[in-house]
Amino acid sequence: MTAAPAPVHVLAAAAPADLRDRPGVDVRLQGLTRRYGSLLALDGLDLDITGGEFLALLGPSGCGKTTALRAIAGFDRPDGGRVLVDGRDITDVPASKRDMGMVFQAYSLFPNLNVAENVAFGLRVRHRGKAERARRAGELLELVGLADRADRYPHQLSGGQQQRVALARALAVAPQVLLLDEPLSALDAQVRVQLREEIRRIQLELGITTVFVTHDQAEALSVADRVGVLRSGRLEQVASPSDLYERPATVFVAQFVGTMNRLPARVVDGGAEVLGVRRPVAGDVPSGGPVLALVRPEALSVTADAAGPGRIVTRTFSGAVSRLAVALPGGVEVQVDVASADSQDLTPGTAVTVGLAERPVLLAPPEPA
Amino acid sequence: MLLVLGVYFIGPIVASVWFTVRRVGGGVTATYYSAIPGADGFADAFLRSLLLAVLTVVLVLLLMIPTVVLVELRLPRLRPTVEILTLLPLVLPPIALVVGVRSVLSWAPDYFYGTPLASAFYALQQPSLPWILVLVYGVLALPFAYRALDAGVRGVDLRTLTEAARGLGASWPRVLATVVVPVLRTSVLNAAFLTVALVMGEFTVANILGFTTFPTWIVQTGGEHPQLSVSVSILSLAITWALLLLISALDRRRPTEEAT
Repeated sequence: MTAAPAPVHVLAAAAPADLRDRPGVDVRLQGLTRRYGSLLALDGLDLDITGGEFLALLGPSGCGKTTALRAIAGFDRPDGGRVLVDGRDITDVPASKRDMGMVFQAYSLFPNLNVAENVAFGLRVRHRGKAERARRAGELLELVGLADRADRYPHQLSGGQQQRVALARALAVAPQVLLLDEPLSALDAQVRVQLREEIRRIQLELGITTVFVTHDQAEALSVADRVGVLRSGRLEQVASPSDLYERPATVFVAQFVGTMNRLPARVVDGGAEVLGVRRPVAGDVPSGGPVLALVRPEALSVTADAAGPGRIVTRTFSGAVSRLAVALPGGVEVQVDVASADSQDLTPGTAVTVGLAERPVLLAPPEPA
Repeated sequence: MLLVLGVYFIGPIVASVWFTVRRVGGGVTATYYSAIPGADGFADAFLRSLLLAVLTVVLVLLLMIPTVVLVELRLPRLRPTVEILTLLPLVLPPIALVVGVRSVLSWAPDYFYGTPLASAFYALQQPSLPWILVLVYGVLALPFAYRALDAGVRGVDLRTLTEAARGLGASWPRVLATVVVPVLRTSVLNAAFLTVALVMGEFTVANILGFTTFPTWIVQTGGEHPQLSVSVSILSLAITWALLLLISALDRRRPTEEAT
């Protein structure tokens, strides 16, 4: 017999009042350093997380995002720096006394306990009475839409259901901070989207300070109040999703978040000449000479033009928007997003002219030959 | 091939059973089996071995479960060293081990006479409950117990489970008792079973150190009452099989329905 995924409409139960009424606490990381042999996982990481904020830590593998989360949780002791929660230094406080709830990437339900017992585990550790444990487990399972699975064992649940139970278990102890370590990465795409929206809904309802580690930029941008991009153990930028996308502070962030075209350009009189037009430069202006202009696919436009220098190579339909790959002279290929309804004639092989929107462009050094 | 192997294993058992139930002059009898409970020295030896087995299981599990968890979570680099250490009892002949133990025990009168250490050495050698056998059997059981537990640890994501429990406020003793042991239940049962089987069948160490246990009693009785001795052996084999079936039954208690 297979366990069906929980339908969305049962997931709208209200959070327990005592959880809703707790104010979110500030979390501050000060100069966190962690070294594993010769690898520097955290390099003096500074980060302030406001009470009740949903902050996503985003970055490529090995950038230190999980190490930072484990340092907050108390599972990993930093070599240097401090972790402060609500102004209190908890760097030396053991994980079992930090009052945090964590959902792991791997399925972490205790296989010998049923769903209700898993959710109530933290309360049992705190010597809460049987009636209170049962009541709280029931409330939390209602919240995550699994009240009817209370008697099931973990191996009788789907992956998405297991992560929902893990979320309920983490919240059952009314933690000060909720830590999410890539909790969706083992799930299939549809469940992942559904569950991330559920997590955000619950977080907003509870107002709990939440740190969400992910390598999936779509996840980070869609649910977080702010996103911190890490690279080699350091923060490249912390900003709202829209700022991060629209105004990346560094070339790394620009290229890591979203799709970015790299077009040959020249610095002319403090501006940039790209695709034959002049645009102002966002950020630092290189001294001169050849550079690369970093341009989003939606900042480009395509017009069918029999005499145009470009030629459409592929067209990928994805609903309201289609993405065109356009080959330009000099071996340059760019990605361009166009409205699907208005671009029926833009088929592979069509000759086109590529235009650039009137907005500042970010410049990067040319790639080595 | 399977038939040949079956005959090879079952043949001696069938012959032994026939030896114990055959009546002189024809027919079968259960005389020797019914005489077991009242046999001189049987109850003492059997209960002593059973107690030794229980104590050895407790000692081995108390020692090895934290060790295996520690190696898995904190000291994975030590795994090869621990594996080699736990293999030593297999490559070291029991006779060498017991001669060494006997030499050390003889230090009590030779070097420690009148000291608390000598009293402790004597206490270890009480014939009614020889604790020294628990210690030696604990060493002999290490290779089997470690491998059973290590296989269990490798089969689960122990790091995540223990961190989840720690994050929910559980102390390390509580994590071991409420998460690790239940998760490793099959491995713990296997380790316990192997240890019990070893203790209930160990002859060399007990005999050389001069203690009467179940196996030494069987050998002593065999000279005077061969049928009785063999019937006790058959019975102990049946008990061992019963234990094995019990472990399998305990392991099958969990529901097997899987979600997709």
